[in-house]
Amino acid sequence: MRQEGTIVNKIDWLVVAIYFVMVILGWLNIYAAVYDEEMQMSIFNLSLNSGKQLIWIGTSVLIIIVIMTVDFRFYDSFAYIIYGIIMFLLVAVLFAGVEVAGSRSWFSFGGFRIQPSEFAKFATALALAKYMSKVGYKLTNIRDLFVTACIIALPPLLIIVQGDTGTALVFGAFIIVLYREGLNPSLIVIGLIAIALFVLTLIFDQTTLMIAIVSIGVLVILIGKKKWQRILTVAAGMLIVIGVVWSVDYFVNDILKPHQQNRIKALINPEADPLGYGWNVTQSKIAIGSGGLLGKGFLQGTQTKFDFVPEQSTDFIFCTLGEEQGWFGTTSVIFLFVLLLVRLVRIAERQKEKFARIYGYSVASIIFIHFLVNIGMTIGLFPVIGIPLPLFSYGGSSLWAFTFLIFILLKIDAHRMQVLLR
Amino acid sequence: MENNRKYIIQFVFILVGLIYCIKLFQIQFLDETYGPAAEDNILRRIRDYSYRGIIYDRNGELLVHNDPVFDLMVIPKEAHVEDTAKFCGLLGITREEFITRMHEVKDYDIFQPSVFMKMLSMEDFARFQDFLVDFPGFYPQVRSLRGYQHHSLANALGYVAEISKRTLDNDTTGTYKQGDYIGKSGIELEYEKELKGENGVEYKKVNVRGVVKGSFKNGKIDTLSVPGSNLTSTIDLELQQYGEWLMEGLAGGVVAIEPKTGEVLSIISSPSYSPGFLSGRYFSQNFAELTLDSLKPLFNRAIMSVYPPGSTFKPLQALIALQEGVITPKEQIFCSGVLVGDHAPPGYYDVFKAIQKSSNNYFYIVFRRIINRRLSENTFIDSRLGLEKWNEYLYKFGLGRPLGIDIPNEKGGQIPTPELYNSVYGENSWKWSTINSISIGQGEINISPLQMANYVSIIANRGYYYIPHIIKEVGGSNQPKEKYQEKHFVGIDSIHFKTVIDAMESVVEGGTGFRAQIPGMQVCGKTGTSQNPHGEDHSVFIAFAPKDDPKIAISVYVQNAGQGARAAASIAGLMMEKYLTGEIKKVWIEDYVKRGQFIY
Repeated sequence: MRQEGTIVNKIDWLVVAIYFVMVILGWLNIYAAVYDEEMQMSIFNLSLNSGKQLIWIGTSVLIIIVIMTVDFRFYDSFAYIIYGIIMFLLVAVLFAGVEVAGSRSWFSFGGFRIQPSEFAKFATALALAKYMSKVGYKLTNIRDLFVTACIIALPPLLIIVQGDTGTALVFGAFIIVLYREGLNPSLIVIGLIAIALFVLTLIFDQTTLMIAIVSIGVLVILIGKKKWQRILTVAAGMLIVIGVVWSVDYFVNDILKPHQQNRIKALINPEADPLGYGWNVTQSKIAIGSGGLLGKGFLQGTQTKFDFVPEQSTDFIFCTLGEEQGWFGTTSVIFLFVLLLVRLVRIAERQKEKFARIYGYSVASIIFIHFLVNIGMTIGLFPVIGIPLPLFSYGGSSLWAFTFLIFILLKIDAHRMQVLLR
Repeated sequence: MENNRKYIIQFVFILVGLIYCIKLFQIQFLDETYGPAAEDNILRRIRDYSYRGIIYDRNGELLVHNDPVFDLMVIPKEAHVEDTAKFCGLLGITREEFITRMHEVKDYDIFQPSVFMKMLSMEDFARFQDFLVDFPGFYPQVRSLRGYQHHSLANALGYVAEISKRTLDNDTTGTYKQGDYIGKSGIELEYEKELKGENGVEYKKVNVRGVVKGSFKNGKIDTLSVPGSNLTSTIDLELQQYGEWLMEGLAGGVVAIEPKTGEVLSIISSPSYSPGFLSGRYFSQNFAELTLDSLKPLFNRAIMSVYPPGSTFKPLQALIALQEGVITPKEQIFCSGVLVGDHAPPGYYDVFKAIQKSSNNYFYIVFRRIINRRLSENTFIDSRLGLEKWNEYLYKFGLGRPLGIDIPNEKGGQIPTPELYNSVYGENSWKWSTINSISIGQGEINISPLQMANYVSIIANRGYYYIPHIIKEVGGSNQPKEKYQEKHFVGIDSIHFKTVIDAMESVVEGGTGFRAQIPGMQVCGKTGTSQNPHGEDHSVFIAFAPKDDPKIAISVYVQNAGQGARAAASIAGLMMEKYLTGEIKKVWIEDYVKRGQFIY
């Protein structure tokens, strides 16, 4: 009893409060998204997503209790084992899973489906934290860096094989963690340049881009000092840039599947084909935009209820919020997310143990990537990538996975003083 | 330095949140296009088409009614045709037509209903209706089409067709929507406002699959259609049909008027077409066919074609001369017969005899007296003053200007004015001898059949007229439009009409107009032969009857049918007999007309 008392006293209640506010808001919005004026079904009705979500919320509370009861050292000790089990499941799902919407990433038990890739997020976070907190770990050490890269890259590779590129992209979040732990920022800058080139390649045709790159290169050579070494460096850089452009072009047009190509094209110019690949973005923006400042009111949205917005209770749940609660609603939720993220960073920073800090940053980074991509796609700033809005979107696996992520951190955090004593 | 990174990370988190809030402010508050776009998504406007007013003839016979037709609508997003062959078979279209049409409607709007096939008749649709359930996304919309139980009066009735892009663009009131029908000519155009009524709109909410999810704003902004007003025409359908039958195979125009009211009893343009030909699904191709027809069936000759009146002009010249006092009724004028070619023999003529015998020389002399009044020493100026005075009379008789009948595109014809001659010969360079051909209704004078009928109505009325009109009641008003209720006097004393009318009676009694006789009735008329430089002369006749209580005044123009005494007088007589007695006793005249051999 003494230990439970300390948990209640030491747990970060702000995060717990944000968690529950978000989950409840999400639940209400799920109901609004699937509500049908003519059917008049209750929010608790189990044939509705809102009714099912309530079950997921209930089970999440059970998960929280379990996490709080289990010894905090368990996660550190069993990090690799958890990671291993999840990796096994990621492979197993390829053979024993069911295919939903083009991805084979689900186990089906009766009426419920579980998506192991959702759980890979916290498993990877644990394994990464464990590995990076080992004695003598250095990011400058090639071997350490390589193992780190492998831990991060393995799950997304398996997930891509399942056909779920969206979830795989989330693992990019760990870049933020590595950055915090001292990764050379020039690597990140190079990554950003690559992304800029990627976008440019999609906007302009290849020849135009090549001419522009060569012209810039020649200009740089002409303007600066004419030393052989410098000229060669610029020329080499130019060749690399051209290579990137060429490979991006090849990647988009020849490797990506048509529906993936369309998602990227829709981002660049959704108006080009509002009924085709731009449909989701266009309708999503109409939903949010039509909400105005104050929104249409709870259950009054038409875009979502009349199915103009696809996936309105899962990936596009933000549309329901935007349409019915308006700018005040969307801003409030964004405020909640930013508050949560900043709070998670603070929690991570106050850890004395490296393991806990890295895990904390992982949690913040994963939530951030979801927040960035999910809301970004609904307002047309990101391509349509099918990942949920944490704690809002309908879906058991996702809610459970985020519950694990957050509450394991809170559990460890609650015991941070004990670490000092050890 | 690495210590800063935790701030950089937090800064990035907050920055993203800020950017999103700003972007959301832009789409949710600043950009006002999304609200309407969302409404547009869920709104289905179901037009409740108004019932176009129907038109009766003067005896309550239906001239125009409405037939229900079905527009087959499609909502492309929902449309699903499994058995294309069956679908096409039922509608009588080819597979290619089906594919093209589906592409067109998809390109237009995938969620809003479009017309897949227009104006299916009740029979065509009945065939399709039983299988409607097999073709989700398709549904019928009832509309009405103009229907006719006869084949007459097409030019005057006009037609109704889908509103053109241009008319739609010019419609600033927003009354019309694409796909609406609108009167394009004739009565349908003239009385469009009265006939149209008001379309209603019902707003429904639909989901993305087009399934109706209830009324929009509880039906508060829905409107019901208001039917258009019914019209009563002045036309006597039986007379009209009889006249058209007589004119079959002939080209020309006939107008019959009830003199006391100005009501048009019959208005015929020949050749014409059956009004039903321009109603329905095949409008475009039928219209094109009529447009290309060298006989110009769309051209309403009764009000749009103008011809020299020939000798039918003589009673008018006589009336002007009498009113001006340049002749007296009993004055004998010697006509040598050398001034101009003449059928009338030389000798002494008074007005009566001059009209009866249609003396060209007499009217040469009389017209000279009208034109040259010695008001000026200069014969050129004198001629101009005389012509101006003469013009005033003609203008009062409704010549040289559109009368204002309630059918669009009426032509005013031409009367020779000083301006006209000035432009041809130069100012003060013309005199009576230059223009004397107009004294016998030839030359620069052109009159439409309608104007001729009005002119003979004026004679029948002894000096006044009502503007001829074809609609006498709008929506049970019991009276025509205001302008048709006003009596117009022509400024000739009624006493002068006696001589002229007596002479016109003798024309029919024992003169050239004998074919227009009606057994037991006094008929007054005047024949005319309108010289035509391009071919055979036009046959012209004007008449009214009975003499003392005129019930009908008529003008008949038959193109290229020679003397007015033949085709025109026969047709005028038969139509008057039909109207006044309800039967034809002079069947041999009927036979004569139907044989159609007028040039001999």
